[in-house]
Order: sequence, then C-alpha cells, then structure tokens
Amino acid sequence: MSRFKSVLDQGAFAVTAECGPPKGADPDVIMKKAELLKGKVDAVNVTDNQTAVVRMSSLAACVLLKRQGLDPILQAVVRDRNRIALQSDILGASALGIRNILCLSGDHQSFGNQPQALGVFDLDSIQFVQVVQRMRDQGAILGGERLSRAPDVFIGAAANPFGDPFNFRLVRLAKKVAAGADFIQTQCIYNLERFERWMAMARERGLTEKVHILGGVTPLKSAGMAKYMKKKVAGMDVPDGIIRRMDGAPAKTQAEEGLKICVETIQRLREVRGVKGVHIMAIDWEDMVGELVERAGLLPRPN
Amino acid sequence: MITAEQKPLDEIREMIAPYKRILVLGCGSCVAECAAGGEKETGMLASILRMAAKMEGREVLINEKTLERQCVKDFVILLDDIIQDYDALLSLGCGAGVQAVGDCFPEIPIIPALNTEFLGETKDQGLWLENCLGCGDCKLYHFGGICPLARCSKHLLNGPCGGSVGGKCEINPEIPCAWQLIIDRVEQQGGFERLEGIFPPKDWSKKQGLGPRRIIREDQQR
Ligand code: SF4
Ligand code: SF4
Repeated sequence: MSRFKSVLDQGAFAVTAECGPPKGADPDVIMKKAELLKGKVDAVNVTDNQTAVVRMSSLAACVLLKRQGLDPILQAVVRDRNRIALQSDILGASALGIRNILCLSGDHQSFGNQPQALGVFDLDSIQFVQVVQRMRDQGAILGGERLSRAPDVFIGAAANPFGDPFNFRLVRLAKKVAAGADFIQTQCIYNLERFERWMAMARERGLTEKVHILGGVTPLKSAGMAKYMKKKVAGMDVPDGIIRRMDGAPAKTQAEEGLKICVETIQRLREVRGVKGVHIMAIDWEDMVGELVERAGLLPRPN
Repeated sequence: MITAEQKPLDEIREMIAPYKRILVLGCGSCVAECAAGGEKETGMLASILRMAAKMEGREVLINEKTLERQCVKDFVILLDDIIQDYDALLSLGCGAGVQAVGDCFPEIPIIPALNTEFLGETKDQGLWLENCLGCGDCKLYHFGGICPLARCSKHLLNGPCGGSVGGKCEINPEIPCAWQLIIDRVEQQGGFERLEGIFPPKDWSKKQGLGPRRIIREDQQR
C-alpha cells in the first residue's frame, strides 16, 4: 500500500516533495536526490517531462526512487500520451509497485525544448482521473473491458486556486473529486488570503471531507525569482508584499528570506481547516527540503 | 471556410525553378475570402514571378487564371483546353483544391503556393480565427456554442487549466482563453451548472476511425 496514503489515513499532516528526473540517462542523479529526501518526506512526486522538456521518464525515475526506499508519486501528463498509452502506463506502474499517481494535463509543448512536437491531449486531466479510478475500483478500462488485475494506486490531481475564473475553480475541484481523486496538490501558494477563500469554498461544498488537500509551496531563492514567477508563470499569484519582502533583504540573505517565508506559509497552512499536508516544490533546490521540513516543525516523519 | 496564407516567395521560386511554362491558378472561394489565393492575389503573385524571372534573364512563360472553385471537378475541367500549354501548375487553392486539380491532370506537376491553415471565420477586416477542427461529432451545444477542441490550446473538455488568467490563454496571451469565453457565455444563458458534470472523453473515431473520411449521399448522385 502507499505509505503516503497511510500517513494521511492516520490523520498526520503529510509532507511531499518533488524530484525532477535528469536530462540524461544517469541514475545516480536520482539516487542522490533520494538520499536528500529520505526520512524527510512521506512521498516524492516525480515530474513527467516538466515544462515540456525531455527528461528521463517519470516511471523509470519512480522505480529508482522506490528502490531507495522512498514512496514515489508518478506524475503523468496527458500531453504526450493518448488513452491507450496512459492506461498501459498505469498498469505498468502498479505492476512495478508504484502506488501513487498524479494525473495532470501538463505544460503545453510550446514551452519546452520540443516546440515542434504534436500535443496529444486525448483525455483531459479530469477524464484521466476518472479512467484510473474505474481501472482501480471497477477493474475495467475505458469502454468497459475487464482487467485481469486492477491497479492498486492512490489517485491524485492538481488544483490551482489562483487561476481564473475564480468561481469555476471550485467546479474544477469538485469535478476532480467526483472523478475519483483521493488527494489534491495545489499550485504554489504565496497569496494565502486567496487560498483561504478557496479552501472556505471547498469546505462549504463538503469537498474537504472527500479529498486530502495538500497546499503547494515553493521557497523563493531570490527577489528576481519572485518577480519572474509573478510576471512569467501564468496562474502564479505572488503578491506585492512578498516581492517587497524579498527585495528588502540584502542579496546575500534573500535565499534565507525565501526560506523564512516558506516556513511561515507552511505554519499558516497547518492552521487552515481541511488542509491535510504540504507539497514542497523546491525547484533544483532539493537539498533545502530537509532543512525546510525541520524548521517547519514537521520532523520526524511518521512511520 | 478554409483559411490559408501565401508561402514565402523564396520557397515558391525554388519549387517552380525547374519549369518553363507555368500556370498560376487562383481560386475564387475560401482563399479569396481570406485574401490569399483569389483573383487579385493570383494576379499579383504571377506578376511578381514574371518580374523575378525577367530580372534573372530567364525565359519563362507565366500565365494566370482563377477558377471559381479548385476543389470541385466541374470547375476544374474548364482547364481541359489550355492545360497542354503548361509544364507546371502553381496553385493558390487550399490543400484540397491543389489535390483536386492534381487528380484531374496527373501528368502535370502541381505546386502549392499557399499554406493551408484552418477552418475558421473572418472575425474582422484582416483577422481570421480558427474555431473548428472538423471533428465529425459536433458538441458545440454543450459548450455555449464555443468549441473547446479548436479554441482551447489543450483541447480541455472540463474547464480551464490552471494557467487561465484574466481571460487570456497561458499559451499565448494574444488569444482569449476558450474556457473563459465558454463560462461567460453559458453563464449569460442561465448559469454554468450545466458545465458541472464530467464531460466524457472525446470520440475521435468520428474523425479518424475509418481513415480519411468520405461523405456519400446517394440522393445527390447522378
Ligand atoms: S465540436 Fe467538432 S465539429 Fe463542432 S466546432 Fe468543435 S471541432 Fe468543429
Ligand atoms: S488557458 Fe484556457 S484556452 Fe489556454 S490551455 Fe488553458 S484552458 Fe485552454
């Protein structure tokens, strides 16, 4: 069974992190990241050619992490695979002992290093969640044909409380829950006020009773990074207060300021009713995850 | 209609270089509407090519003609009497027009002068928008008359991705987010509750299930 699921079932505040596979065939990169994350988090998301840049496959990297004793979350995007390949990968992942799947749309191919690629988008992320849920619970693929054995997976989806239109964001969340998502990991939270409003609406709809919501955080390394994310990343809400705080810190201590903001965010997330954990996306900064988790008072992790 | 844009001149000149007697063939339908391959554009392209040949001191015969429709055989056969004068056809039809003409005169090489783009509408003077993929199973009714397959960059059928901000698409801030449009339109028509159900995966067999599609209408045959 998924360790991640059992942590959530126990009612502990869960911690997940992210691991980006290398742009190469070198397994040692994964081993090193596994070393850094071991014992610090309950599960590790493995990104699937994130930002449409070609990397080692998510499934392969998940298997490497699992061998190191971590509980991987296979991220799978609908950008590159049609429904045949997606369903096949779910079966393969389960057979290899991968117990968590995060179903995503994926960044558009135009953002990456293969802008000439054909974007597949045969299913959307909500349909994908539903397909995996039916494979698991009804033992059937799309169209109803029976599986010889159903996959054993804990199913996740993403949510962005900061996208527009705001009132439809809850509809998206509700659809993901209805489709069968067991857990939700959100986009990076900097605007806590808006996140709390979104959570209040989720509670009102009874969604927090049905799904485990993990708030997403990304420690800022510099004021420049904060500004870049605000300006360039669609659907990323970095309030001016955060930018000012980062700007106010001397260049040498900006990374420390970013960590402080992140620790404070995690602490505040722990107080929000219905938030069941935190998802730390430390982009190319995996070595900070341990310290961050410790400073947020989330160590030791439950067994 | 079908929209198209003229290819770069250098590409066209490279393709016609081996030929000595060229008929530049326009089309008076869709590509005329989008100002890419109508009579006017055909005349212009032909004179540019004549001038270029002259400046290079090459003897090339370049004539022009515009058919009402290149994609309908009844019009294409109007070329029967003049085709023998040429060793190549440069077509300003859409991809379908180029092929229809090519099928009628298989002995003569046919060269496309346009890049065929999409099924779309003339939104404004000089502005054409893609809004249909010709999926063979129209679901516009469910989406307030705005097609998420053609107009959402990720073909999403269950609402906007996380990158929809301020009504713009995350892929290209120059284009509106189709889902913002759909939600606004459906709301205007009485609330978006009808968008709350999970829309099932698209049935692509209607588009590619039996290979290239045909429409057969016996009542229309003679
Ligand atoms: S649903 Fe299909 S037929 Fe209808 S507008 Fe969209 S692509 Fe065209
Ligand atoms: S921003 Fe809107 S149109 Fe663009 S991919 Fe996302 S949902 Fe589709």
